[in-house]
Amino acid sequence: MNNYDEMWKSLNIDLDTHCKLLDVLGQVYTDIYLNQDNRPEGMEYFDFVVGEVHGLRIKELLEHKAKGGFIAGAFCLFVPDELILAAGGLPIGLCGGADLTTAKAEEFLPRNICPLIKSSVGFKLAKICPYFESSDFLIGETTCDGKKKAWEILNDFIPTHVMHVPHMKTEAGHNVYRMEQIRLMGKLEEAGKTKISFENVKKAIELMNNKRRALARLYETRKHQPSPISGKDALLISQVAFYDDIPRFTASVDKLTGELNKRIEAGISPFVGKTPRIMLSGCPSVVPNWKLHHIIETSGASVVVEEACTGTRYFETLVDESAASLDEQLDALARRYLSINCSCFTPNNERTEQIINYAREYHVDGVVYNTLQFCHTYNVEYTKVEKALKDAGIPVLKIETDYTAEDAGQIQTRIEAFLEQIKS
Amino acid sequence: MKGMTVRILSLPSPSSYLIEVLTMSFIGIDLGSRTAKYVILDRNNSIISFKIMAGGVNPLEKLRCALRKEGVLKEECRADIVATGYGRHTAQGDLAERTITEIKAFALGAHYMHPRARMVIDIGGQDTKIIALDGDGSFENFIINDRCAAGTGRFLEVMANSFEIGIGEFGSFALMSGNSIKINSMCTVFAESEVISLLAKGEDPRSIALGIHQSVVERIEPMVNRVGAREPILFAGGGALNPCLANLLGKRLGSNLIVPENPQIIGALGAALHGNKE
Repeated sequence: MNNYDEMWKSLNIDLDTHCKLLDVLGQVYTDIYLNQDNRPEGMEYFDFVVGEVHGLRIKELLEHKAKGGFIAGAFCLFVPDELILAAGGLPIGLCGGADLTTAKAEEFLPRNICPLIKSSVGFKLAKICPYFESSDFLIGETTCDGKKKAWEILNDFIPTHVMHVPHMKTEAGHNVYRMEQIRLMGKLEEAGKTKISFENVKKAIELMNNKRRALARLYETRKHQPSPISGKDALLISQVAFYDDIPRFTASVDKLTGELNKRIEAGISPFVGKTPRIMLSGCPSVVPNWKLHHIIETSGASVVVEEACTGTRYFETLVDESAASLDEQLDALARRYLSINCSCFTPNNERTEQIINYAREYHVDGVVYNTLQFCHTYNVEYTKVEKALKDAGIPVLKIETDYTAEDAGQIQTRIEAFLEQIKS
Repeated sequence: MKGMTVRILSLPSPSSYLIEVLTMSFIGIDLGSRTAKYVILDRNNSIISFKIMAGGVNPLEKLRCALRKEGVLKEECRADIVATGYGRHTAQGDLAERTITEIKAFALGAHYMHPRARMVIDIGGQDTKIIALDGDGSFENFIINDRCAAGTGRFLEVMANSFEIGIGEFGSFALMSGNSIKINSMCTVFAESEVISLLAKGEDPRSIALGIHQSVVERIEPMVNRVGAREPILFAGGGALNPCLANLLGKRLGSNLIVPENPQIIGALGAALHGNKE
């Protein structure tokens, strides 16, 4: 076991609190992940990544900086990773999924705001996240109101570049995004001391598309009845996608997918045939938030697909690789990124259609629509999604929650009752 | 106070249970937040015996003692026990073999009491449930309001305390008034303060009490609408013992509410019925 104290000290990490965080995380991970039965061998790589979550990966990021690169922390699928890579930077997802730092965040943010925002801001304020401390700057975006205003606070603690992401998928919206890409490129080129070229963007698009295709192939295996991999394990992979080394991650996912396809042929699965198949739809479950997956899968069901940023929305569309100039690449990137069906857009009917499609493709028995507290856009969108699912004869249950353990018992009762309802 | 007609259903009278307990019996236990209940059925689903007890610190032990006294825990004729309620998982592997949620239990129990019922409103000790029934003993939809205890049995208990009236008499007390005084606070703690200050001001206690019952009904009505109101409605749980609640709810929902005798045992009854099904 490596000792990373010196490295953490050099990043000004609050070592005591940080130690507490790692202890809790280690115990929780053992209880939730390592105690699962019949896990694919290929999950060893991802267990290793979690084990080294604040160790090896941070070392790699610091080495990248030492070689002249930079680290850009981001929180959202709309930030174009390809442009960061093309400028010599590494994009790192900084979304917070733990309750530990909420109290700290509430010194600066209102109590009644998304728990993900409080967790992320709290991690920075408490100085216990080496990813935050390794980032040269952050890239925020104007997706939801909560984040939009939180950047103003966070900027006092670490330079935060905010991208104006439009709220409508119109020509005007496309133009806004195109112009914002140019503005972002200026910032990235300054940080990377390099000009973003057609060649570099081409390489980056290929790298990212390969990652997306690998995840799509992995998710394909979950369509099998029963799925050869648990929902918790698949979720972990989707979460690690936000910050792991891209080629290594892609190769590890492909290796696992190969094993899963063999498991399908051999009839191996962590679930028995009649286990109810659930789709989790809505807000992202960012690391280390495994709450809902854990409750669902310990109540006798399987999560077979996540319609979320930590799920299908991450990889479902690719960037058009036929672009022949930087200008065309920027157009292709804008088209791809603006195709994400986030509830921050209005209207967002494509998402409702996509949910019904996935429910059918993944042969789900029911949908758990999961929102974070105070997430207005996903909460309001539920009304339309619920109606569409009911019209399609697909059972749905809404769970709105935060990161605390306070309501775990009540959520379990609702999930168990939902499963009783589905089975009857 | 003129209210909607409320029909009372009575339970089948207990048969000679000494003989019955020596043959196959099915038992449901409901470990609620405030009370522990059990129901014993024979193989024909006739109710042999039932009991409602204050839960206390160790409701599981209380149930064990009571069931032992009933003679149903003997090795040679050990009955099948199904647990439901808030504390069902603590019973599993110990007193009970299987568990079902209180939603499923109430759906089964309500269907038994009144097969045509299409909705259950259960006001329990700490939560309130609305369940839409499909008419076959199963449920189609449900809502549980349990993040906050306003609008639950506990809310009424705390309020009754401020009047120094027993919870059993609180409903009839409120019904003596012709008009209600609005209570503004939703929170149990703040509402209690509001009640005390109204009493100190010399406002009519019966009217305040009626206002408190109105608050509970105002929290329940939107939940019913969210699930989709349908009749007939079975009113269950400890809250159904309160005549003022039954009255106000019936008027508010514009519907006949059916109140069974011993409405608190519907959950345990459903659990026992489940035991006999599979």
